[in-house]
Amino acid sequence: MKSAIVLFPGTNRERDMAATLKRVTGKAPEIVWHGETRLPEVDLIVLPGGFSYGDYLRCGAIAANSPIMPDVIARANAGTFVLGVCNGFQMLTETGLLPGALMRNANLQFVCRDVHLKVENTQTPFTSAYEPGQVIRVPVAHGDGNYFADEKTLDALEDSGRVVLRYCDEKGALTQTANPNGSQRNIAGILNEAGNVLGLMPHPEDMTDARLGGTDGLGLFESIAAAA
Amino acid sequence: MIPNETPITPELVAEHGLKPDEYQRILDLIGREPTVTELGIFSAMWNEHCSYKSSKIWLKTLPTKGPQVVCGPGENAGIVDIGDGQVCVFKMESHNHPSFIEPYQGAATGVGGILRDVFTMGARPVAAMNALRFGDPEHPRTRHLVRGVVAGIGGYGNSFGVPTVGGEVEFHESYNGNILVNAFAAGIADKDAIFYAKATGVGKPIVYLGSKTGRDGIHGATMASAEFGEDAEEKRPTVQVGDPFSEKLLLEACLELMAADAVIAIQDMGAAGLTCSAVEMGAKGDLGVTLDLEHVPCREDAMSAYEMMLSESQERMLMVLKPEREDVARAIFEKWGLDFAVVGETTDTRRFLIRQHGGVMADLPIKELGDEAPEYDRPFMRTDPPAPLAASDVPQPDDYNDALLKIVGAPNMCSRRWVWEQYDHLVMGNTIQRPGGDAAVIRVDEDKLKGLAFCVDVTPRYCRADPFEGGKQAVAEVWRNLTAVGAEPLAITDNLNFGNPERPDIMGQFVGCIEGIGEACRQLDFPVVSGNVSLYNETNGEAILPTPAIAGVGLLTDIDRAATIQFKTGGETLVLIGGQGTHLGQSTYLRECLDREDGAPPPVDLERERANGDFVRQAIRSGTVTACHDMSDGGLAVTLAEMAMAGGIGAVIDMAISPDLHARLFGEDQGRYVISVAAENSDDMLADAARNGIAAEVIGETGGPALRIGSVISVSVETLRHAHESWFPGYMATPD
Repeated sequence: MKSAIVLFPGTNRERDMAATLKRVTGKAPEIVWHGETRLPEVDLIVLPGGFSYGDYLRCGAIAANSPIMPDVIARANAGTFVLGVCNGFQMLTETGLLPGALMRNANLQFVCRDVHLKVENTQTPFTSAYEPGQVIRVPVAHGDGNYFADEKTLDALEDSGRVVLRYCDEKGALTQTANPNGSQRNIAGILNEAGNVLGLMPHPEDMTDARLGGTDGLGLFESIAAAA
Repeated sequence: MIPNETPITPELVAEHGLKPDEYQRILDLIGREPTVTELGIFSAMWNEHCSYKSSKIWLKTLPTKGPQVVCGPGENAGIVDIGDGQVCVFKMESHNHPSFIEPYQGAATGVGGILRDVFTMGARPVAAMNALRFGDPEHPRTRHLVRGVVAGIGGYGNSFGVPTVGGEVEFHESYNGNILVNAFAAGIADKDAIFYAKATGVGKPIVYLGSKTGRDGIHGATMASAEFGEDAEEKRPTVQVGDPFSEKLLLEACLELMAADAVIAIQDMGAAGLTCSAVEMGAKGDLGVTLDLEHVPCREDAMSAYEMMLSESQERMLMVLKPEREDVARAIFEKWGLDFAVVGETTDTRRFLIRQHGGVMADLPIKELGDEAPEYDRPFMRTDPPAPLAASDVPQPDDYNDALLKIVGAPNMCSRRWVWEQYDHLVMGNTIQRPGGDAAVIRVDEDKLKGLAFCVDVTPRYCRADPFEGGKQAVAEVWRNLTAVGAEPLAITDNLNFGNPERPDIMGQFVGCIEGIGEACRQLDFPVVSGNVSLYNETNGEAILPTPAIAGVGLLTDIDRAATIQFKTGGETLVLIGGQGTHLGQSTYLRECLDREDGAPPPVDLERERANGDFVRQAIRSGTVTACHDMSDGGLAVTLAEMAMAGGIGAVIDMAISPDLHARLFGEDQGRYVISVAAENSDDMLADAARNGIAAEVIGETGGPALRIGSVISVSVETLRHAHESWFPGYMATPD
């Protein structure tokens, strides 16, 4: 599988992502500067975590208007896999590739800790390596991860199986206290209609090595590698 | 705007923090009355913060050398060798005064400043820590300050993208009017690609990099060199505003520039901005510096020379460039969207010449600006050694369970989770041991087993009672914490926070602590490679506790053989290394359960410290130790409770009723550890200890849902956790 990571000014989790992609696919991803206008031919485009443009204006808003973005959107529409993690998820909602918005965390504080996620749909190119309903543990690290969409959009997402990951407790219960940011319906990650674009707030790329505390995040990358 | 022709009056001199005799020294040095820009430059170079004029003669007594030391104090940061052609670059620095006035920006720019110190030398920052001290939790300002400082540290470090992996937070009423915010950063570089401040070559372009210059932070360093009065709030305009986004761009651009072989010398603009950085580069290289201020990128109109030379606008660097690489360098900075301007050149005159609009604003001898700064041998009065406190003179608790729960849930002892969960401690994907243990551990490279350990410590109440022993103890505890994860302690950086050095009793605390630090560093081969002094930490004449915060760096050859504090499984044997507790003077038990802060602090026997530590490290590295925790605040009972809480597994400890039971359980005797080993390995461990003359005894075993100690303590791990985790979030959620 060939992959590319788009680098924006202020991106800071590209190293974590590159290390994981290299471990899973055996090939280092290409790093593409945001000022470019064309991506290389790849199977997976990653919009990584960080604080692109210092989170000024709104998280992901300026990045969504970067020179590279029209090509990201075109590739997504043509079926290339696109993974947006944290700040990348925020960019995806800002470009309209995914519905809804990420607001300030409900308690107004940045939060960095491990959370549990329930894999709600394994019939996707991003989650096929997991068992239906499997509970995985990966970290979050964000100040603006509070997912919001109107009720109609949320219902549509649920009805089409596009709510892929939800915050839960270690037993899989979707509780209020397991929700680190106040996201509606405990939503942690969603899919686009075509099923090739995933956005999520947690960082699976930071949980792919037993030395760093666990490997629950590996499945996501193995799924993509298998689908590509 | 302050024109250069402003007349110099005694009042103006005093407003610049210069004493009449110091002003006379300036007159003697330059043989004429200075311009106001020159007065500002002297004030910036000769204040306590930049010149170390009260502390220098004592700092010189600290050991700074060792085979592992690549660069000691005097540069932006200290450097130690970590093998394989790599080095670790690190330093700690205070941002106390600004953080009290404007907690978010004060703390944020403190983080920004220390990160710049590290990457100025060519190192990519890989870890940050902080040592924070606030006033009494009940003081009306404390909650606001905690919230702001923590958010500021997180806001800057998270965005910049460095993991904040450790630190300490303490409350004490002596910090009510003067909090402490000490920020630490460490970076990794190749040994053959370190950059220094020393300029070489005449006629080389001096380049300004980074953000534009504004009127913010003018006289920040002068403010940091004075006591606070009631007017602290009015000093808000001297606090700078940070922009971590610009800093992140500056980092990437600087590292790219350094890799492009374009840099002769580089210096970040920290305290006293353009002045300090330019003087430093010129003076170190025995050269002159000429600056033409109309080329300085400004964000405000009509800034005077005085304002530009004293601005502390953030995220700026000054560099001496290889002239033939100017185009390459400019292209890198344009790519990252940062300002790049040639603002002057090096000369052979040894003069610091500032020109603006065709006029000379300042013309000063560059070496003397630094070298001729006043240096004081201030009178000092040593602290009287406190009377020791015998355990038999301290009452036992009525109920040991209650005492233990009270201690683990006390503001100074409870979990700091509320704090460190607001710091991204995982970014970069190398965090092996997260906050909450004895020391944080990161790996150096994804494909290597080599790791680095970091921790920061000091016990200010010990330092107040006995500055010498307190100074020793701070260094020993850092050494012990690094040892407890299995690391080889390499070196320290110190952040010496004290009151007004013009008071002999405060100066006595300073001298005592320095002597103690020096003694411990020598005995443990643990040199000081960088540091910072923050004096005048007083408000309305009330000084803080003497607080020499010590941060240490250790090296792990194999991260898979690092120890953690949590119990791993039941049925393992618990071994106490270093003997039973006896010492309750200045203990946490005394403070939390009896509301007393008296007696002598526990003395540190540095020979025992070293022997015990070397034994424990060896045992960890051999793979037989399954968990390890050093003993500090709260003694054996708290150590065991923390190991149980971290692992979610209890323990059963044999302990007979005795008249000194409280000293055994809560005594803070130094140089001690609790380790766990598989039951079948315990005999070998004890025999090995005996051979090495190490005090080691089996005290019990892990297992069960509760911590049981003799017949006096029986408390479930869940109850301990509840007590330990509740205070901080509860306190912060209480409305002001």
